[in-house]
Amino acid sequence: MKNGIEIRWHGRGGQGAKTAALLLADVAFKTGRNVQGFPEYGPERMGAPITAYNRISSDKIRVHSNIYHPDYVVVVDETLLGSVDVTAGLKKTGAIIINTPKSKEEIEGHLNGYEGRVFTVDARKISVETLGKNFPNSPMLAAAVAVSEIMPKEKFIKEMRASYQHKFAKKPEVIDGNMKALERTFAVLEEAIEAEKMSLSA
Amino acid sequence: MAIKERMSGNEAVSYAIRQVNPDVMPAFPITPSTEIPQMVSTYIANGEMDTEFIPVESEHSSMSAAIGAEAAGARSLTATSSAGLALMWEELLLAASNRLPLVLALVNRTLSGPININCDHSDGMGARDTGWIQIYAENNQEAYDNFIQAYPIAEDARVHLPVMICQDGFITSHAVENIMLLEDAPVREFVGEYEPEEYLLNPGKPIAVGPYAVSNYVMEAKKNQEIALENSKEVILEVAERFKKLSGREYGLFEEYRTEDADYIMLIMGSAAGTAKQAVDDLRERGKKVGVLKLRVFRPFPAEEIAGALRNCKAAAIMDRCESYNGNGGPLGSEVDAGLFRNKVMIETVNYIYGLAGRDFTVGDACGIFAELEDMVVNGKEIEQYQYVRLRK
Repeated sequence: MKNGIEIRWHGRGGQGAKTAALLLADVAFKTGRNVQGFPEYGPERMGAPITAYNRISSDKIRVHSNIYHPDYVVVVDETLLGSVDVTAGLKKTGAIIINTPKSKEEIEGHLNGYEGRVFTVDARKISVETLGKNFPNSPMLAAAVAVSEIMPKEKFIKEMRASYQHKFAKKPEVIDGNMKALERTFAVLEEAIEAEKMSLSA
Repeated sequence: MAIKERMSGNEAVSYAIRQVNPDVMPAFPITPSTEIPQMVSTYIANGEMDTEFIPVESEHSSMSAAIGAEAAGARSLTATSSAGLALMWEELLLAASNRLPLVLALVNRTLSGPININCDHSDGMGARDTGWIQIYAENNQEAYDNFIQAYPIAEDARVHLPVMICQDGFITSHAVENIMLLEDAPVREFVGEYEPEEYLLNPGKPIAVGPYAVSNYVMEAKKNQEIALENSKEVILEVAERFKKLSGREYGLFEEYRTEDADYIMLIMGSAAGTAKQAVDDLRERGKKVGVLKLRVFRPFPAEEIAGALRNCKAAAIMDRCESYNGNGGPLGSEVDAGLFRNKVMIETVNYIYGLAGRDFTVGDACGIFAELEDMVVNGKEIEQYQYVRLRK
């Protein structure tokens, strides 16, 4: 799309990919842009593959179809790589971000020859260490923002804290863990982006 | 002051319901409209509105209770989708024929089978001949705006009919998008207090609601209902004019998007209209004279006005998000053709069935349809006059 970006999320029912897409719409709205965040419902059950989408634009968003040529793809569950064509239509100028303990080099062979940028982040590990449970969507949300550069880190962190304070008004104990998950993931991705720049200039 | 927000279509309608603060809301949950009674109950529990919420055991009961409350003199509403609306069928006719101005928030979803939870217009179209006014929305903004306009239309003395405010299930009901909200006080002032002239709980003026009528009277009653529906056209436009003063946003029976010099026009309803507008912009950049007629008010059906709007184009694609199993076309296809014929507008039309049970409708699909219309007119290519979009064979 002109004057905007499109993001496609792949996850499994129950992992929070839909929630992550809605939260991304929420924080991007705070930058004054037009946003769209919506899920695509297949068979609704825990563990079934689901897709969610974001459009973020300085123009009014009118299109109400799914996204077939995304700028970014976020894969919340690595096990989808064997069954879902996650890079379908993904722009070469864009990037894919995958939740996996594997390195970028290990994962590249499983992406149907995708030629764009590839980022990996161990969202499970970050989530378990910061939240005590595997909720990969918070780290993957931070990763999506870091790679797509939708908004600066400081603004994102500030808005997310406000958002979590609203969302978890009855469970304030989980807010700090979620914030740590966001910050740690952002740091991991910033490092990867920096390393990429270094290798390009070398 | 307008409030800049982002919310889903269900949130937007629930927000409007809170602002209007009607008297009674009986409801039974069904996907994808479940969030509406859920959010309204939360507003009530938080003391942000004082609507009497009645949890009932079925949609047959929710519509019955809404009818009872409205007949008693209370401003009433309910929300539903799909099979829920189908279960209300008998009551829908009662609400309209008893001239009860209640409002139904319909979140459009397909009907079985195969069973599916996603959007098409089968539910609303199934209720098209029940005597209700039906208004459709392209996005969360329109769903919100239409709901605020619903009671002033329904309760007008020239109308006295129930109104269905429709939006596309999931596509708009569950999509978070930007929206401009109005403040509470001006919305309440716009909608006003409900002061029914006649109602059951008025001991000073006893009336009967829903009595038996002998054959000698029924036809006149039906004609009166038809006249009320016909009257609602001008009331819908008057309310839209008043709403424009309040919000700055413009509404009519339909919206004409770049149709003034268009050779090819797509007539479409609901969320896919936005997608079609994008296709129009893309094709206009390539010099194609195309436009979109987005139908907002399906009942009353503005046949004459549509015929006027299509009069100068070479061909029109009439888009139905519903099959009607008459072997001749979808509901819009059949009614638009009849309207064109009666108004002696002899343009070519092609009736496309698209998007059933949430099948995606893309900018590419819309561009393909415009190209097919052009091929038919310019090259004389024979195409099926009634066909499905992107059907697997």
